[in-house]
Amino acid sequence: MQQGKQRSYEELRLEKSPTGIRGFDEITQGGLPRGRTALVTGGPGTGKTMFAMEFLVKGATEFGETGVFVSFEETPDELIANSASLGFSLPELCESNRLHMDYVRVERSEIEETGEYDLEGLFIRLSHAINSVGAKRLVLDTIETLFSGLSNASILRAELRRLFRWLKDKGMTTIVTGERGANSLTREGLEEYVSDCVILLDHRVAEQVSTRRIRVVKYRGTEHGTNEYPFLISGRGFMVLPITSMKLDYQADEEHVSSGIPRLDAMLDGKGFYRGSLLLVSGTAGTGKTSVAASFADAACRRGERCMYFAFEESDQQLIRNMRSIGLDLRRWVEKGRLMIVGQRPTVHGLEHHLMTMQFMIDDFDPAMVVVDPITNLTQVGIISDVRAMLARLVDHLKGRKITVFFTSLTQGGADEEMTEVGISSLADTWLKLQNLETGGERNRAITILKSRGMAHSNQVREFLLTSEGIDLVDVYVGPEGVLTGSARVSREADEKAREAALRLEIDRLDAERKKKRALLEERIARLRSEFEGDERELEGRIHLEKLKMETMIQKRKEIGISRKAET
Amino acid sequence: MAKKNDSDSKTQAFEKALAGDQAKRYVLRLYVTGSTPKSVRAIRNLRKLCEEHLQGKYEMEVIDIYQQPELAQNADIVVTPTLVKRLPLPLRKFIGDLSDMEQVLKGMDITLKS
Repeated sequence: MQQGKQRSYEELRLEKSPTGIRGFDEITQGGLPRGRTALVTGGPGTGKTMFAMEFLVKGATEFGETGVFVSFEETPDELIANSASLGFSLPELCESNRLHMDYVRVERSEIEETGEYDLEGLFIRLSHAINSVGAKRLVLDTIETLFSGLSNASILRAELRRLFRWLKDKGMTTIVTGERGANSLTREGLEEYVSDCVILLDHRVAEQVSTRRIRVVKYRGTEHGTNEYPFLISGRGFMVLPITSMKLDYQADEEHVSSGIPRLDAMLDGKGFYRGSLLLVSGTAGTGKTSVAASFADAACRRGERCMYFAFEESDQQLIRNMRSIGLDLRRWVEKGRLMIVGQRPTVHGLEHHLMTMQFMIDDFDPAMVVVDPITNLTQVGIISDVRAMLARLVDHLKGRKITVFFTSLTQGGADEEMTEVGISSLADTWLKLQNLETGGERNRAITILKSRGMAHSNQVREFLLTSEGIDLVDVYVGPEGVLTGSARVSREADEKAREAALRLEIDRLDAERKKKRALLEERIARLRSEFEGDERELEGRIHLEKLKMETMIQKRKEIGISRKAET
Repeated sequence: MAKKNDSDSKTQAFEKALAGDQAKRYVLRLYVTGSTPKSVRAIRNLRKLCEEHLQGKYEMEVIDIYQQPELAQNADIVVTPTLVKRLPLPLRKFIGDLSDMEQVLKGMDITLKS
């Protein structure tokens, strides 16, 4: 019995028909309500027709559901041309009977109203079209046009109500498009008839840059995201970016990769940064952010990985030329297909468009590393909070794919240098700060690691040199005068050298004296020894003599005794 | 209920019309949906109109789009009943059950015999 109850719950749950539109199925948790009618409304040029068309195209190509597109505004030829720009080949789908297009033209100037009528003709056409391809999906774009062609609105309303009920009975998953009115969702109040799902598209211009937004106004019987989501109409269709998909569930990689600057690797626990982490390099203008970024890219290419470089301030040619001056030959990587430099001013597109284009390109190129240089240029396109959200999304997307991300960020002079303009620093795993130190009438570059999550890292300031052989880091001179860099450091080093040389000389002198003294002593010892040896020999001679004398004396005494015949 | 001409005579009629006789000859098609009251009224009204005003210079065809739905698409029928005046040019559509005879005659450019 309980089982039966469960099953009935399953049956009761609203079934959904996936649209195949990237991101949209996520925010609606599965797509449009199956077997029901959804209203897609919005101002002119907001992409209603393309949304509906993609629903049919994806239905036919990805979900095996054929569709019927009934157009009240555009002819099939126009639709084919417009859809081609989204990468859909409608003629192919029509020929294989997976899509049927019908153009309904109601031209008021040709029509005389002479009495009672109904929309049975439309019903028959729909029914015929649906049956001819076995359609499960239907689009009516824009049925409101009927109101301008036919004057009897009360008949129309009654008939539309009948139409939507009829479609529901037939189990058609339908999209009805409507033009947004001044104070209502649609001019003719279609939302009254279509009560299951209402989607609002919007196209607005803020600071000369357009952004498209989509919002699920109503979705009966299901959870759905209620935010406004940015979307894009690109050469590959409709794309919605779910803002809230901020799950932090990507894998953390243990692998270290080199930065291409040996001394910097040494500062980062001797191994470099983590693969799949986010690196941020911030600094004021001219501190060498791009050079560091290019070094990282070069190192990636050297390892045989692919790298994608979004340059928002330079063209690819310019970047290649400039980096050659510090000994980085990026051209060869471009030629080998390992490096892709995308030089583009962000102001060309709106923010969402930009992010999505980037995601597309990244998905296509499949790099191991992505450089965005600099992210601060994106603030020209959008509000900072938007930019931050967008970058967070991009970072999540990339980290999820184990792509190492490298952002450079321009800090304004005078501002707090440990604050990035976009406020992205909290997302960063490793944050390098480049700065200009001005001492002794010159500016010198210095690099510090502000943070590097999950690894022991140096706390030292290093001087950062751009040489024709690449980037080099040298120790700064830390003395009683403070931190010295550049020629101050060089002159300080020269001073030190001179002092050292003087000391060395002194040591040598003392050593020589020591040697001399020793020689003198040795000489004296030798002389004394030879004197002593002379004396010794003489004394020995005398001892010998005296001994002889003594023996002779004893001998004589014995001889005398014998001669006296004395007893012994 | 439908008076149907075969395709030969239709072609002839069309050619004749092109030959410069269009002011005289009316080619009319009425699209209806089965025998609903509106359909029946429209047919009755059209017959009456033809007999009273177009005696001998009209061709009329009644099409039931329930039976031939593809014709509805070809002729771009949305509303039923619809009367299409194919000739004389310009093409015009009269929607509804044709009970407003005055409106129909005006649209067909027929002056009433008073």
